[in-house]
Amino acid sequence: MENLVNIFVKSIFIDNMIFAYFLGMCSYLAVSKTVKTSTGLGIAVIFVLGFTVPVDFLLQKYVLAEGALAWLSPSLADVDLSFLSFIMFIAIIASMVQLVEMIIEKFSPALYSSLGIFLPLIAVNCAILGGSLFMQEREYANIAEATSFGLGSGVGWFLAIVGIAAIREKIKYSNVPAPLRGLGITFIITGLMGIAFMSFMGIKL
Amino acid sequence: MKILRNYIDKIKPKFEKGGKYHMFFSTFEAFETFLFVPDTVTKTGSHIRDNMDMKRTMAIVVVATIPALLFGMWNTGYQHFLSIGESPEFWATFFFGFLKVLPIIVVAYVVGLGVEFIFAQMRGHEVNEGFLVSGMLIPLIVPADVPLWMVAVATIFAVVIGKEVFGGTGMNILNPALTTRAFLFFAYPTMMSGDKVWIPGLLKGEGIVDGFSGATVLGQAAQNVSEFTNGVGEKIGGWEMFFGNIPGSIGETSTLAILLGAVILIYTGVASWKIMFSVFAGGAVMGLILNAFAVNEFMALPYWQHLLLGGFAFGAVFMATDPVSGTQTEKGKWIYGFLIGFLAILIRVLNPAYPEGVMLAILLMNVFAPLIDHYVIEGNVRRRMKRMKLTA
Repeated sequence: MENLVNIFVKSIFIDNMIFAYFLGMCSYLAVSKTVKTSTGLGIAVIFVLGFTVPVDFLLQKYVLAEGALAWLSPSLADVDLSFLSFIMFIAIIASMVQLVEMIIEKFSPALYSSLGIFLPLIAVNCAILGGSLFMQEREYANIAEATSFGLGSGVGWFLAIVGIAAIREKIKYSNVPAPLRGLGITFIITGLMGIAFMSFMGIKL
Repeated sequence: MKILRNYIDKIKPKFEKGGKYHMFFSTFEAFETFLFVPDTVTKTGSHIRDNMDMKRTMAIVVVATIPALLFGMWNTGYQHFLSIGESPEFWATFFFGFLKVLPIIVVAYVVGLGVEFIFAQMRGHEVNEGFLVSGMLIPLIVPADVPLWMVAVATIFAVVIGKEVFGGTGMNILNPALTTRAFLFFAYPTMMSGDKVWIPGLLKGEGIVDGFSGATVLGQAAQNVSEFTNGVGEKIGGWEMFFGNIPGSIGETSTLAILLGAVILIYTGVASWKIMFSVFAGGAVMGLILNAFAVNEFMALPYWQHLLLGGFAFGAVFMATDPVSGTQTEKGKWIYGFLIGFLAILIRVLNPAYPEGVMLAILLMNVFAPLIDHYVIEGNVRRRMKRMKLTA
């Protein structure tokens, strides 16, 4: 149990997807204009990460890893399908995003239209595929660990995007130099937030 | 004084619209208002009863830092003479520290105001007084032996990236003085941490008493010792931590001097007592939690000592209360302050990379301050909507 909490907290703050790895920047920069829409997108990302990472974990464990197919028949024990992992992971992510899209369209059409193209684009959000690949690389022991890692990464991404959205709402009336307005100042804010997040680097749990 | 006034009045037309040097109006205006408080008042309509403007606010903060500054100068000298085994009289000690600290202040002001003037000139707005405070705070949060060019580089970074790109004073999201400190810390870690940087002359190592150690109390605590000593092996207890004759950044060591400043700030209403109080409360709560689960000496450090050590008091009084980068809502101030204190002690104890967490905790909460405000306001709106529905 303690282990799960550690992984959760670590993936929120120390291995934050945005500030430690700069993954998932495209939608982070583009949809962070208001807190409301970014909250919606953030929750969608938590949801997608929280599902795809454990599913990909099962896939990795029982299909893709070297010798994973041994449970089917002993003759398959030396089959290594790990070269397929990118394709398989993307397929899982894409179908999960499809599902989220349908749910949001049904229950919150306003959010659906404000997220626009970025909702289907969660499928190619690097943070999502990154989550699955980190899961593969870090070799989590069981599905509970993978789930807590997935949820934690999602929450970290959520925190980052609502944080920057609130800042962008605040500086809407600031007299930012014309060439920097829009994306330029957002990049600078992200950098400054990254400095602040360095406070967690190096904490060992 | 009269002569100066007359001179300024004489050259003023040249800088006004249509004058020869109109392009330098913002520079002129800044110097004029630095020297003389403007006497322009409204003729009709509503009147402001008191001209509590930004300039006076900033001046009060600068005044409030003076106790910490003077003590810091004395302490710089005191620590230096301790390290070479001399004990000169009070004024010689103070004068040594004065000569050490003054160049840092001058560099911070000249460089920072220089950048401000350039930006004001190019963008055609007035020079704001915001940097008067930052320029005072920067010298107080660096080690006395810091190379001046580093101060200059870090100040330029903080003023340009931390403030001017957002449109100048009042628009920044991070505290400029802390941005300077963070820049120094991450860009030149060897000059900003360790055992040797806090006492002038120790890095060069000439004429140092045998066995002298310049480690700060927090640096010693991170080594898991429970008895703290100063450089020559005298014990440091709670009283020394409060009084402040211990190694550390220039202005941060003396909790007593900082509290004097806090009294000035609270009495004049410039800084929020809610933030100060909740920072200390948050630090105490985290300290108590760590004490309860202590597995090593650092975690067992009494919670009240945490509040006296390092930059905790300084951060709580002068940094966290920054009205621009902090939260604006009253309820938000409690949350904001509490989280600063809480995270500062957490980072300090649990993160082996940084024995001092106050700077980073405040920066982190600066980042999330707009979000806290957003949720507080949102909560207000929702509560009132509900009340409206109930009465309707």
